[in-house]
Amino acid sequence: MSGDDFRNLLRRDRRADRVVPPTGFTAHLTLFVSGAMAFLAVFALALSLASGRLADRWASELAGAATLRINAPADQLAAQTEAALTVLQQTPGVASARALTTEEQAALLSPWFGPDLPLDTLPIPQLIEITEGEPGLDAAGLRLRLGAEVPGAVLDDHSRWREPLVTAANSLRRLGWISIILIGGATAAMITLAANASLAANAQIIEVLRQVGAKDRFIAGAFVRRFTFRALFGAAVGTLLGMSGVLLLPEASEEGGFLTGLGFEGIGWLLPVFIPLLGACVAFVATWSAARRKLKELS
Amino acid sequence: MIELESVSYSYGGGELLSDVSLQLQSGSFHFLTGPSGAGKTTFLKLCYGALLPTSGRLSAFDEDISSLDRDQMAVLRRRIGMVHQDCRFLDHMTLAENVALPLMVSGRVAGAEQDNLTELLNWVGLGARLGAYPPELSGGERQRAALARAVILSPDIVLADEPTGNVDWEMSQRLLRLLIELNRMGKTVLIATHDLSLIRAAKSQVQARVLRISQRRLQLAGADL
Repeated sequence: MSGDDFRNLLRRDRRADRVVPPTGFTAHLTLFVSGAMAFLAVFALALSLASGRLADRWASELAGAATLRINAPADQLAAQTEAALTVLQQTPGVASARALTTEEQAALLSPWFGPDLPLDTLPIPQLIEITEGEPGLDAAGLRLRLGAEVPGAVLDDHSRWREPLVTAANSLRRLGWISIILIGGATAAMITLAANASLAANAQIIEVLRQVGAKDRFIAGAFVRRFTFRALFGAAVGTLLGMSGVLLLPEASEEGGFLTGLGFEGIGWLLPVFIPLLGACVAFVATWSAARRKLKELS
Repeated sequence: MIELESVSYSYGGGELLSDVSLQLQSGSFHFLTGPSGAGKTTFLKLCYGALLPTSGRLSAFDEDISSLDRDQMAVLRRRIGMVHQDCRFLDHMTLAENVALPLMVSGRVAGAEQDNLTELLNWVGLGARLGAYPPELSGGERQRAALARAVILSPDIVLADEPTGNVDWEMSQRLLRLLIELNRMGKTVLIATHDLSLIRAAKSQVQARVLRISQRRLQLAGADL
């Protein structure tokens, strides 16, 4: 099909469009399916985008950081911390290293032990926050050196728990996109069924049109336009409702974690605009192929 | 214009038409008669390509109908006006829209043809019924509207299947006069009917050839008409 054919098919012709009766259950079915699927697609898109943001954030925030834990008796803790900081300052790939203050360590533990934890009475290890720089941290080499010079030091480069988190977030992102593809497929299947039902119900009209000299393109075009614009309208309404739903979700916050960051951000709010267009394209292709098939059957 | 050479048509294992040969010449007037179920409608459907011969050769305007694809067949049908006994209108469209349907499907701007449409509907006596819907029309009005739709593209051939089957004598005479008038304009006319009185009435007004389908074969009718 050429571009001109495509444009001609979609060009509204009120008189030609009148040949297909305007009512029937297929009209309601197409509107409902397009609307419902667009509504679901908005949420799948929001989930996918939020998962992507999360994966990117986890990957970037944690990839450039590591933690050194000093487990030592209280009387050696300060000396080993100092030794570790010295080693870190001399290590290539370490941009900065800083021992967490008592208040910062207390804040880290407060979700489990409450805000009034008496850290000075507990054997809490000292944590050193490492920020990686160029050319990147050689974790294995650093572990060997620390093993020799700071016996109580344990290096955690976050890779152990960062990778599964990023993998999980990426899986969620993929799941979102797969959901959108499945929604598109289900929409195509439902609209194909509706178009087939409509074509079968209007077989007599098709016969009359053929009798007066209508080409398949004219007949198919009347059905294609009807279903495409109906799907576009249904999907637009579904998308608006879906976006309203997303808008009502709680905003991203530290307290709420992942579940509060499910909405769109910035230019991401423009992406749902493509859902009705995509729905219309799916309806166009589904109806066009159903019409061509049915017209061949009826000849 | 339409030529059948040893055309046969079978359906469901039974032969409905056997070894039919005929030439419909330009400007000729034909009646096709025979008892109900003899195959008159089948014959007309073959003539406008709704059915294809099982054997033999059927050509229209020098083109073998069996070799045409669906789009070519559509273009061919614009040169053949067909009037069905049951008229076959789109009930959700007005009379004017139904009659203008051939203009619309052939891509001619119906608005520009509005004068012709009005003139045509006046010619068949339906000028005042433009906005009526098919279920609101009487049997005679439906037949005249079907005739108007069949001729709006000024086809070379007009085929009519029992056009007077559902109308009274007076209306059948009116329809006959319209068909004869079309023939005088140079159109080839073929009317399938089992109404012998219609044929007798026509013979005084037009030089018509009467064909009869009997026992699946096409014959030239005898002097009993």
